[in-house]
Amino acid sequence: MARLLGVEIPNEKKIEYSLPYIFGIGLPLSRKILAHTSIDPNIRTGELTDDQLSQIAQTAQALKIVIEGDLRREQQMHMKRLLGINCYRATRHRRGLPVRGQRTHTNARTRKGPRKTVGAQKNPGAKKGKV
Amino acid sequence: MPRSLKKGPFVQQALLDKVDKMNDSKGPKRPIKTWARSSMITPDLVGHTFLVHNGKDFVSVYATENMVGHRLGEFALTRIFKGHGAHTVKAAK
Repeated sequence: MARLLGVEIPNEKKIEYSLPYIFGIGLPLSRKILAHTSIDPNIRTGELTDDQLSQIAQTAQALKIVIEGDLRREQQMHMKRLLGINCYRATRHRRGLPVRGQRTHTNARTRKGPRKTVGAQKNPGAKKGKV
Repeated sequence: MPRSLKKGPFVQQALLDKVDKMNDSKGPKRPIKTWARSSMITPDLVGHTFLVHNGKDFVSVYATENMVGHRLGEFALTRIFKGHGAHTVKAAK
């Protein structure tokens, strides 16, 4: 377990796949950072020297990548703006429904959470979606 | 795909004319009745009140700076959800 960019502790995977454990860095960004540092993406994270780790951290900062708390704060600010102006998207956020026009007749489970059966049933659990 | 930057934001011409006229005259800003829900709120429109048609009534929308880039229709909902209630346990009996 290495420590990188503050509180992050990616594990003993290849560095290319460890970086995405940081909130705000995905595979494309991870590869971009490593390309900039000229570190072999196939090295295990544990085998990296402290020098290389700090090099990665510096590159990430130099590329102006917003991660972790800063990114979460940024997202919250965007949300707050939406909620403040009371638009359609804001009401969708408030109700926990899909924001971008997806269907809600079925699916939309990511936003709506686990199925909640509404209404009368003879056979409890019949409407749970699983037969 | 987003709208081409070349075209700029869409605002119904008649609406824009009315707003410009009011901005120039420096008179009081009276609310503008409009059906142009797809018109984007540009910096020119900030500070005006619009009565946006929702298919039935005109909803009063006061354009603020935060709303720039949104469309008028986003603030005048066209549907009223009163909740599901027809098939409760009581109704089934």
